[in-house]
Amino acid sequence: MYAFTYQRPTSLADAAAAIQAEEAKLLGGGQTLLPTLKQRLARPTDLIDLGAIPELKGIREADGGLEIGAFTRHAEVAHSDLVKRVIPSLASLAEGIGDRQVRNMGTIGGSIANADPSADYPSAVVALKATVTTDRRSIAGDDFFTGMFETALEPGEIVKSVRFARPDKAAYAKFRNPASRYAIVGVFVAKFGAEVRVAVTGAAGSVFRAEAFETALSADFRAEALNGLSVEADGLNADIHASADYRAHLVTVMAKRAVEAAG
Amino acid sequence: MANPNGIGASVRRREDQRFLTGRGNYTDDFKRPNMTHAVHVRSPYAHARILGIDFADAAAMPGVVAVLTGADMEADKVGSLPCGWQIHSKDGSPMKEPPHYPLARDRVRYVGDAVAVVIAETREQARDAAEMVVVDYEELPAVGSSTRAIDGGAPLVHDDAPDNVCYDWHLGDQAAVDAAFANAAHVAKIDLVNQRLVPNAMEPRAAMGEYDQSSGEYTLTTTSQNPHVTRLLMGAFVLGIPEHKLRVVAPDVGGGFGSKIFHYGEEAVVTWAARKVGRPVKWTADRSESFLTDAHGRDHVSHAELAMDADGNFLALRVSTLANLGAYLSTFAPSIPTYLYATLLAGQYKTPAIYAEVKAVFTNTAPVDAYRGAGRPEACYLIERLVDVAAGVMGMDKTEIRRRNFVPKEAMPYQTPVALQYDTGDFAKNLDIALPLVDYPGFQQRRAESKARGKLRGIGFATYIEACGIAPSNVAGALGARAGLYECAEVRFHPTGSVTVFTGSHSHGQGHETTFAQIVAERFGIPIENVEIVHGDTNKIPFGMGTYGSRSLAVGGSALVKAMDKVERKAKKIAAHMLEAAETDIEVKDGRFTVAGTDKSLGIGDIALQAYVPHNFPLDELEPGLDEQAFYDPKNFTYPNGCHVCEVEIDPDTGVTTIVSFAAVDDFGNVINPLIVEGQVHGGLVQGIGQALYENCVYDEESGQLVTGSYMDYCMPRADDVPSFTVCYHEDQPCTHNPLGVKGCGEAGTIGAAAAVMNAVVDALSDYGVTHMDMPATPEKVWRTIRDAAPAPTPAMAAE
Amino acid sequence: MSCTVSMTVNGKTVSREVEERTLLVAFLREHLGLTGTHVGCDTSQCGACVVHVDGRSVKSCTTLAVQANGAEVTTIEGLAAADGTLHPMQAAFREHHGLQCGFCTPGMVMSAVDLVRENPNPTEAEIREGLEGNICRCTGYHNIVKAVKAGAEAMAGAQPAPVAAE
Repeated sequence: MYAFTYQRPTSLADAAAAIQAEEAKLLGGGQTLLPTLKQRLARPTDLIDLGAIPELKGIREADGGLEIGAFTRHAEVAHSDLVKRVIPSLASLAEGIGDRQVRNMGTIGGSIANADPSADYPSAVVALKATVTTDRRSIAGDDFFTGMFETALEPGEIVKSVRFARPDKAAYAKFRNPASRYAIVGVFVAKFGAEVRVAVTGAAGSVFRAEAFETALSADFRAEALNGLSVEADGLNADIHASADYRAHLVTVMAKRAVEAAG
Repeated sequence: MANPNGIGASVRRREDQRFLTGRGNYTDDFKRPNMTHAVHVRSPYAHARILGIDFADAAAMPGVVAVLTGADMEADKVGSLPCGWQIHSKDGSPMKEPPHYPLARDRVRYVGDAVAVVIAETREQARDAAEMVVVDYEELPAVGSSTRAIDGGAPLVHDDAPDNVCYDWHLGDQAAVDAAFANAAHVAKIDLVNQRLVPNAMEPRAAMGEYDQSSGEYTLTTTSQNPHVTRLLMGAFVLGIPEHKLRVVAPDVGGGFGSKIFHYGEEAVVTWAARKVGRPVKWTADRSESFLTDAHGRDHVSHAELAMDADGNFLALRVSTLANLGAYLSTFAPSIPTYLYATLLAGQYKTPAIYAEVKAVFTNTAPVDAYRGAGRPEACYLIERLVDVAAGVMGMDKTEIRRRNFVPKEAMPYQTPVALQYDTGDFAKNLDIALPLVDYPGFQQRRAESKARGKLRGIGFATYIEACGIAPSNVAGALGARAGLYECAEVRFHPTGSVTVFTGSHSHGQGHETTFAQIVAERFGIPIENVEIVHGDTNKIPFGMGTYGSRSLAVGGSALVKAMDKVERKAKKIAAHMLEAAETDIEVKDGRFTVAGTDKSLGIGDIALQAYVPHNFPLDELEPGLDEQAFYDPKNFTYPNGCHVCEVEIDPDTGVTTIVSFAAVDDFGNVINPLIVEGQVHGGLVQGIGQALYENCVYDEESGQLVTGSYMDYCMPRADDVPSFTVCYHEDQPCTHNPLGVKGCGEAGTIGAAAAVMNAVVDALSDYGVTHMDMPATPEKVWRTIRDAAPAPTPAMAAE
Repeated sequence: MSCTVSMTVNGKTVSREVEERTLLVAFLREHLGLTGTHVGCDTSQCGACVVHVDGRSVKSCTTLAVQANGAEVTTIEGLAAADGTLHPMQAAFREHHGLQCGFCTPGMVMSAVDLVRENPNPTEAEIREGLEGNICRCTGYHNIVKAVKAGAEAMAGAQPAPVAAE
């Protein structure tokens, strides 16, 4: 790890000021950032720890759904009675992120701001019609992820919270990379009345919606409705663990499993 | 009454107290006053010429004490890392043995090859400075795989090894094999890859060098399975330090699995540098460095054929293997794909004729050497996969074809056509015990039930035999070993009756501090608390060849017994003197020395005290003291054997294989501590399962870059990947040629498991016409196999 | 680029001047001499470095020492009672031979204690899943799973009331 200056602001305003420094980086739970720094793949001058800012914490019911502060750890989401009652699928997604120790440190804000193509949360942000609130504005979940490790966030913009709509039914099914345990393919299926959203993470450079699946499931919310449907393998990720056509295949399999789990 | 902590008792381990409370002492835990930290500058290229090294900026960085290169080592006449085994090719020529310097001199030959070392006050400062060392490389074309190495026109890894061949060796009677094939009714064939693995002991390698200017003595503390061997190799061949001025300590070592047998360049670098900078120098690998530079295992490409008569009796086996040795010869590398592999190709079968040829090649990859099982898993996997194919060819049940060809118990001792003589073994019994454990008759019903749930179920058998207790020095020497393979033990009774045992075996997870103490407690009838086992320090232990090849108990334990025999003989003399009886009248039982036919007796404690207080000893006949040393050189290898059965279920939608059950039946001869033996089996099984389903060390064939360089890509089996196991052993066939009747248990699990799992996977896919799949059976590979199988099975086929 | 880090480690308040880039594991091992916490990888996968920070298990190789400023940290050295009596989970690992080389053991035990704190009566599957962040190369996990099950029972028995288990 290269040397850096560490700061721990106690208000969002102070954090916003601190992050303006050139080459400063925000530190959430650090479960992605610190390994990156350890490998010396980044060289920030300043690390701004968001852990002491009250505005970034807490889980609330909002507009019938949930608002989750950016500095809420995965374990808190997974174990929250409120989350389990309002959007149980979100609690179960959080319970499947990384391992126990990663969940005890990692935060939702850090996860979505990092926009790792194989992270779990992006699928929930898109499928659950989330709104990402920052220190500057609100961004629709559909517009938030713009590419591999890329988001709509501007330089220095800080995620404050994520608001999720409450679905009638939803579930997340993941096929893990057997080595790293990240998602090779993760599919979040959510049903809001007649509308169904199917968000896929892990398979491509960024989370995407499987529109043909959504159409089919809107008409018939059963796994069988997806028979014969698949996403295009072209453009999907490929590595030693999974080729693009295997990933394409898994999208259908995981989508069916999510539908079944959603009941 | 039997000693509650004696032989056969599941004594809870004595070493656990310190490990469980964080008081273990691993190499990286040591801290010395004025200690410095070393970080190596390593090649990012698989193959390149070093045109120059500019470390002026690095040397000026904060905290930097020194930057040293291969040129500095050359100036100090530091030698090449030696190879401990010489193989001769078919034509009688010796293997190619290019130099392997601790720091590269003019060329780097694999990604991770060390070119310089930076020594600084802190590790982070050393890392900061290491990045500032500028090496001017001229990149050369690389060879990333064994098949590419022998592809005509491939770049040469070493200029003096034409076609990249280290040796082209063979074993067995080729003419007899050819004749048998000519008359065979059936032939089974297989092409398979035994993929490269990274051993991945959880403690990364580390080494700390110290030099004492007043005494001129060097101390190397290192993560080693055999400190005396390291002392010999490094002292005599690399640094030119005589043994009496070089101490090597292997303290608590966090697993080895073979990878810590070898003498590595970093050990020489820190020892040499400690004198150069006049301060202790410590180096600890981070995991990425371990992936690049630990010696890897396996990496064979083989073709094999089995000739059978009309009834499925094996007539002859023909094997051709291409073995990847990596960029340089690691310490024991040449012996692994030869004498530890081809000699095991008879397996448990009475195949009368066997011929094996092995071509070993250099590539621009990390050196390959022994990894748990070392050659024997490769042999077992090849035989057992081929036998399953043969069963298919013959239309025979997989247990039946094995049973028909087993070497019968009555044939023991049995001379195989590939040099070994098995002393004992009852292979049919292993199978007989295993079959009810797995409810073999119920399998077809379970398969049908799985089918009804849309899943594919398979069962796989693997029988194995291994040559352990390595090794009779005369045999090993005749086969090219440049060392003896005996073991040494010293048993020191103290005046008050407690005992310190010094053993050349090294424990890095095996529990010697407990099992060796059990043997002593049993023999002398003393509490186990009174026995201390000391290992891992060349200044304390007379000599040692270390721990590998499941040899500790069979060889080190036998040395211990020999030393105890000597102690007992001496004690008997003392007892005779004290009891005023003839030595021949003294009877010894459980540490009590009794004059036959009387109630006059002494305990070993009384005798020990007298030994050190010899007020009235007849000194011409009886020396004071009770401290004896012995070397034991085995007469033969030992032959642990067993039968492993695995049942898997495959999800055809994803290709994921789940192990439903796994039973291992083993014959380890006599067992000292059942709890520890079972633990060794469990761990071995998961390493075998890891190879079958998860682990794969991948290099890019063209660039020689390591693709699986961390746990993000190299898949280690985790708790939720594996089941609990059914493990059992029998003690009906003790080893006939060592005093404990033990065979060794450390590698067995790994040797049998991979074949059992893969046979189960292939069985599960048999409806799709699959007869072989290379390891690891990853989900994608399984899914693709199912998808590409044409035509899809009909319900009728599926129902059978 | 250095700062003062203070925390309570195994019940004792400690304070050290360290570089800000110092990881918690380095703080424990190098600055406090608590070498029971190990480093087995550099990608946050192996779990040899697991300690408790404010009662939750974390990977100390993926936590800055400054992030634990003011926290209560428990390492393997602090798990046994002051009189040396092993914690029930430590005792269960010994009884069931849940360790061999001992290198992954501190992290494994610390994870197991945290797992049982959250789920006092875990099934085998829950134990296996709960330990996915800890890699062991020696035991094949078989005896670790047994040990955690027995440790959980012993921990339940050792507690005066279920409330105290929290």
